[in-house]
Amino acid sequence: MSIMGTRVIRTEDPRLLTAGGVYVDDLRTPELSSAANLTFVRSPVAHARITGIDASEALAEPGVIAVLTFRDMDDLVPPPPSSGEWDGSPAPLGGPWAEPLLAIDTVRFVGEPVAVVITDGRYQGEDAADLVSVDYDPLPVVLGPTAAVADQTLLFPAAGTNVAVAKPVPTDDAPFDACDVVVEQDIVNQRVACLPMEGRATAAAYSGGKLTVWASSQNAQVSRFILAGALGMAPDQIRVVVPDVGGGFGAKIAIDRDTITIAWAARKTGRALRWAETRSENLVGMTQGRAQLQHVKIGGNRDGRILAYRLDVIQDTGAYARVGGLLPFLTCLMAPGVYDIPDVQAGFRMAMTNTTPIAAYRGAGRPEATAAVERAVDLFAAEIGMDPAEVRRRNFIAPDKFPFQTKTGALYDTGLYAEALDKAMAAADYAGLRREQERRRARGDTKQLGIGLSSYVEITAADAAAGETAKIEVSSDGSATVYTGSSSHGQGHHTAWAMLVQEELGIPMDKVTVIHGDTDLIPVGVGTYASRSLQLGGSAVHKAAIEVKDEARHQVADMLEAAEADVVLDTATGMWQVRGDPDTALSWAQVAGQSSGGSLIADVSFTADLPTFPFGSHVSVVEVDTETGKVTMLRHVTVDDAGPVLNPVLAEGQRHGGIAQGAAQALLEEVLYDADGNPLTSTLADYAAVSAPDLPSFELVSSETPTTLNPLGVKGIGEAGTIGSAPAIQNAVIDAVSHLGVRHIDMPATPQRVWAAINEARKAGTR
Amino acid sequence: MKVDLRVNGEEITADVEDRMLLVHFLRDVADLTATNIGCDTTSCGACTVLLDGESVKSCTVLAAQAAGHEITTVEGLAAGGVMHPVQRAFHEQHGLQCGFCTPGMVMAVVSLLAENPHPTEDQVRTGLEGNLCRCTGYHNIVRAALAAAAAQEGQEVPA
Repeated sequence: MSIMGTRVIRTEDPRLLTAGGVYVDDLRTPELSSAANLTFVRSPVAHARITGIDASEALAEPGVIAVLTFRDMDDLVPPPPSSGEWDGSPAPLGGPWAEPLLAIDTVRFVGEPVAVVITDGRYQGEDAADLVSVDYDPLPVVLGPTAAVADQTLLFPAAGTNVAVAKPVPTDDAPFDACDVVVEQDIVNQRVACLPMEGRATAAAYSGGKLTVWASSQNAQVSRFILAGALGMAPDQIRVVVPDVGGGFGAKIAIDRDTITIAWAARKTGRALRWAETRSENLVGMTQGRAQLQHVKIGGNRDGRILAYRLDVIQDTGAYARVGGLLPFLTCLMAPGVYDIPDVQAGFRMAMTNTTPIAAYRGAGRPEATAAVERAVDLFAAEIGMDPAEVRRRNFIAPDKFPFQTKTGALYDTGLYAEALDKAMAAADYAGLRREQERRRARGDTKQLGIGLSSYVEITAADAAAGETAKIEVSSDGSATVYTGSSSHGQGHHTAWAMLVQEELGIPMDKVTVIHGDTDLIPVGVGTYASRSLQLGGSAVHKAAIEVKDEARHQVADMLEAAEADVVLDTATGMWQVRGDPDTALSWAQVAGQSSGGSLIADVSFTADLPTFPFGSHVSVVEVDTETGKVTMLRHVTVDDAGPVLNPVLAEGQRHGGIAQGAAQALLEEVLYDADGNPLTSTLADYAAVSAPDLPSFELVSSETPTTLNPLGVKGIGEAGTIGSAPAIQNAVIDAVSHLGVRHIDMPATPQRVWAAINEARKAGTR
Repeated sequence: MKVDLRVNGEEITADVEDRMLLVHFLRDVADLTATNIGCDTTSCGACTVLLDGESVKSCTVLAAQAAGHEITTVEGLAAGGVMHPVQRAFHEQHGLQCGFCTPGMVMAVVSLLAENPHPTEDQVRTGLEGNLCRCTGYHNIVRAALAAAAAQEGQEVPA
C-alpha cells in the first residue's frame, strides 16, 4: 500500500519530547567546550553619530577577554563595488546603502550592533556590555513611510533620498473614469515581529585555517556562501552546521550581520565563541515583517464586475535594505490576487526609516498583496450593496483560463478559485451565519456577529530555477541515508523525506536517516523558505530515489544475469527479483553490498521551470462586543489547496500555524515605536504575541489540485494559512460592525481601535 | 554560594553565583539542555519545569531559591524509556513542530492535568496562556492535552 497521503506521525518527535532538541545554545561539542561568551553592545538611540567609544572600564572587569569595534575589522576585504541599484535579487543593497557589520560612525536603529564584548561567562558579558561607553550625537529621526518618502532627513545622505528602490505605480485614471463606482482606501499593513521561539543563536570556532560556524538558520549552504564573501575565505575553508532550529518564519533565511560578526570575532581572537540572543535583543535585532502603507483604488460596475484596481505601496524597509526591493516587488506581482481584472496598476516605493530592518516573514510580500485586494473587494462590495461572496464569484479567474498570465506578470499554473470558496462557505454554513447575523442585528445585541471572507492565490518556490539537491545512499545493511539541501526547522522534513524514500524504494521509514544542514556533508543546497521544500527538495529526493533504483536495477540484472527490463522491485517488501521468479529475490542489503563501492549512491539536483501558485479561501467568524470593541474569534474555516498532500498531519500543522500567525496580525500584534524611535514592544511583556486563549480550533477542509510543474504535483503549504487568514479575520471584524457605519479598520483590530471605529461611525451617523 | 538541588531524582550540589537562575543551573550546571529560554520577562513558558510537582518558570526562580527542592524537567518525565502519557499525546497529535517550546509546554500540560484532570478545551487554552508556541497555532497542543486527559481515563483518544 502506498504511504503517500497517509497520516504518518513524525519520526523527529521522540527525541524532541524526551531529551529536547539540540539547538545552538545546547551544543556541547568538544570544539565549543572552552568557548567564550559574546555579548553585543547595541545602540540605545535610533539615529546618531558615534563620536567616541571607550571600552577601558569594561576591559578592567574580571572575565573580560576583549571588546571589539569596527576599528578592529582591519582584516576584512571591502565589499565589491556596487551602484546601490536593486538588481532584483533578495540580497542587501550595496553602494551608498551598504550595511556595516558593526556601526562605523552612525547608528540608524535602536538595537544596531556597535561593539562586541567577549567574556568567560554569560553574566559577565551583560555586565561588561553596560560598561562600554559610547558617545552618541543624536540626529533627527525618520519614522514611518510617509515621513521617509518626504526626504526631510536622510538616513544615507550620500544617496540623496530615503527611497532606495522604486517602481512607480502607473497612474492611468481612464479605466476608473469608466466605472460606475470607485472606492479608495489607505491601508496600514503593520510591522510585526517574526518571533521564532528560539531567537538568533550562533557559535563559531576557528582552528587550523578552518572556520566552523553553528547557526540557527534556514540555510547552511547560503550562509557559508555569505560568510566566504564577507570574511574573504574560500568556501571550503568554512563549515556551517545548522543543528535543530527553533523556528524561523523567514527571519532566519541565511545569516545576518550579527552572525557574520561572531564568525569574524572567532577568527580574530582565536577563541571559540557562542551567542544566543535574549528576547529583548531579538525584538530589536532580528528582522521584522510587513510594514507597508498601501493605497488601494478599486472600480467597477453595479453588477459586481470589477474593472480596475490600483495598488500603491510604500514599503518601510527599516534602517537597511536587507532583501533589496523583494518584498514590495512580490506584493505588486500578486496584487490582483484571484481576480480577472481588466486593468491592474501596481507600484511601490521602498523607503528607509530609523527602525529595525524589514525582511521576509511568513508570506513575505504576498500576505500584504492579499490583504490589500481582499479589503478592496469588500469595500467595493459594501459600496454596491452586494454580498462579498457574490462579488468574488463574479470576478474570479475562470478554471478554463489556466495557465493564466496576470496583468502584473505572474503565470498562475492551476486554480479552482470558485470551488475553493464554495467549499469553505458550505463548511461554514455561510447562509446560516448570515441569518444569525441578521437576528443579532435586529435585536441590537451588544455581541455582533461578523463573517469575513478571503480568497487568495500566492506564489511558492518563486526561485524554482534555483532548485534543490538530494543525495541518497543505500548501504550494505539495507538502510538509506538522505542528504538534503532543504533545511528543516520544524516542518517535519525528516518524516516527509523518509516517506518519499519508502514509497519509491520500499526501504521502510525506520531504516531511512535524513541529514540536513552541514556543509561538509552537503556542500551544495539552497534551504527552506518561500514554501519551497516539498516541491523542490522533495522532488529532488524523489528524483534521487529513482536514480538509485535505476542503479540498483543495473546491479541486480548483473547479479541475476537477467535483462534489466525483467528486473522488478516490490516496494511493499523492498525486495528485487526477476519478474515472476520469487526464488531470485534480493534485498537492498544484498544489492548494495555487491556494488563496487559497497553502497548505491545517487546525487541529484532538481530544478523546476516555474513557481507554483497555491490558492484557497478562508471564512472567519468573529464576535465583536460593540460596547468594548473586543473581538473574539468563534470559528475559522479554511480551504488551502497546495496540490496533493504527502502527509496530512504535516500539512495540517503548517496550516494551523499559518492561520494563527495571520490571526495574530489581524487582531493582536504590532511593533511600535515612540516619537524618538525607541521601541515600545521590545519584550514579550509588551509585544502582544498570540497565545492559546486568543484562538479557536480551526476547521480545515481538504482540496488537492495538482500542478504539472514537478513530479509530485505539489505546491507549497508553509505560508498559505497566514496569507489567507489575516484578511478574512479583518474583513469579519469590519463586517460585524458595518451596519453601524464602519467601513474600514486597520490591523491589528484591537479593542481600542474597534471601539474607536464604532464611536466614530456613530458620531458621523448622528451628524 | 553552595546549593543543593534534587533534579529528576538526582542530587546535584554546586557552587554558583548568587544571581544564577534556575534555568541556567539546569542547563549549564546540571547539563540538562531540554529546558529552553525563550524570553526575559517570564512571558513565554519555554523554561517551565516542575518544582515539587508544580509548574514554575525556571527563568524566574533563582537556583538558590530552588535549593532543597525537587525539580522535574522533561528529561525526567519518561519512566524507563516509556514516554509519559502527555509526551505520547504530543507525539500522536502532532503537538510540536520545531520543538523549542515543547519541553516547557509538556511540563505545563502535565501540571495542568494534575490540577484539573478533566479540562474542557477552554480550560486547556486558558491554562496554557503563559506558554507561547509560534509553530502549531496551539491547535494540536490543545488536542494533545485533551487526548492525554482522555488517555489517563483510559478513554479513546479523539482525533
